[in-house]
Amino acid sequence: MRNAWQTLFAWLDERLGLHSLYQNLLDRPEPRGNWWNTLGSASLFLFLLQVATGIFLTVYYNPSPDHAYDSIQYIMNEVAFGWLIRGIHHWGASLMVLVVFIHMLRTFVTASYKYPRELTWLVGVGLLLLTLGMGFTGYLLPWHQMAYWATTVGTQIAGSVPFVGEFILKALRGGPDLSALTLQRFFAAHIWILPALMFALIGLHLYLVIKHGESHFPDKDD
Amino acid sequence: MSGPNRMTRRDFIKITTGAIGGVIAAGIGLPAIGYLLAPALRQDKAGKPVIVAKLAEIPVGKPYPFSFTVTRVNGWERTANVFGGFVIRLSEDPQDVRILSSRCTHLSCRVNWSDEAQGFICPCHDALFDRDGKVVSGPPPEALGHFDYEIDDQGNVVILPVERKTE
Ligand code: HEM
Ligand code: FES
Repeated sequence: MRNAWQTLFAWLDERLGLHSLYQNLLDRPEPRGNWWNTLGSASLFLFLLQVATGIFLTVYYNPSPDHAYDSIQYIMNEVAFGWLIRGIHHWGASLMVLVVFIHMLRTFVTASYKYPRELTWLVGVGLLLLTLGMGFTGYLLPWHQMAYWATTVGTQIAGSVPFVGEFILKALRGGPDLSALTLQRFFAAHIWILPALMFALIGLHLYLVIKHGESHFPDKDD
Repeated sequence: MSGPNRMTRRDFIKITTGAIGGVIAAGIGLPAIGYLLAPALRQDKAGKPVIVAKLAEIPVGKPYPFSFTVTRVNGWERTANVFGGFVIRLSEDPQDVRILSSRCTHLSCRVNWSDEAQGFICPCHDALFDRDGKVVSGPPPEALGHFDYEIDDQGNVVILPVERKTE
């Protein structure tokens, strides 16, 4: 006898193909269980955690020089669990950079970047740069002394490129100085532009991982 | 190997993963709900009493308009709201006073006293309230609200800045 849930599932499965989705996405063969192979999924989890906590932070955060600092003080001291949400986002950012980096090291050490996975690697490089970009743009948002001067220095470094340096500096800052425009465009980059690019590249990255399967570990013949 | 009631290694992993995932989701999800609702759950502080007029300066019979500002801290900002009303002396007796709010009970426009109509007129949808604040015509569902008050030693009219329903 089938119960109601099984009937409902069968109905949905027939139309959505849930079972084959599950088989193709989650029930893939792995080369001998290895903990280093979990780092990509760990990166993905941290990314989604940052997205979720980031969305919650925008409920109270205000990206203007007049209120950015106060709004974060409000989150930390007045809002229930504000310290928790901000804490996760704050520490998760550093952890994500670390995990993504070790994930890259692992695919390097196991030579997984070779044919046919060159594009997986290249897309991965894009993801690493975007992850660092998220850290850079997010760091300014609290608009306290440390954030302000870190961004002053960071944009100054970008400005030291020969010939186009001054243009890059102005494009990053939205003018010659660090101003309300800088805060606003860093905010836009941090919550819209970079995450949108990351979603796209992660989708491509995962498609390639699933298409090619996980690389096997190099042995004596390799 | 496995009897009908034995759990396979796969099932065990699935259930454990699901359970840990559930704990993590609840651990973040429940605080997240509290986080979103925090401003709605905050207790409003009642405002301090406000002096709105000197009783001696108010003529008997004619509604005397006043307004006052209540500043509240919302998040990281102070928000000032202006409230207003009318002190109405019904007779020479200093206790024979009524204090109406000027906030229209329809959609919160400010009503004005009209000598001609001998009532309060709302400019927004043409409502008319009588001298006691009762609805004469127009869309408002109920009478104008009122403020509790007292007359202090110096003869000031002091109100509690909380509008109350008038029955
Ligand atoms: C947001 C950052 C990233 C996410 C979410 C992510 C996600 C993933 C996932 C889920 C896998 C499959 C599981 C695994 O092998 O660990 C994977 C595989 C892979 N990733 Fe990433 N990744 C990211 C960054 C990078 C970077 C920075 C590189 C290198 C520059 C890279 C290169 C690769 C390669 C070559 C594979 C294939 C591994 C194999 O087939 O053995 N990824 N990635
Ligand atoms: S708001 Fe006063 S009549 Fe509509």
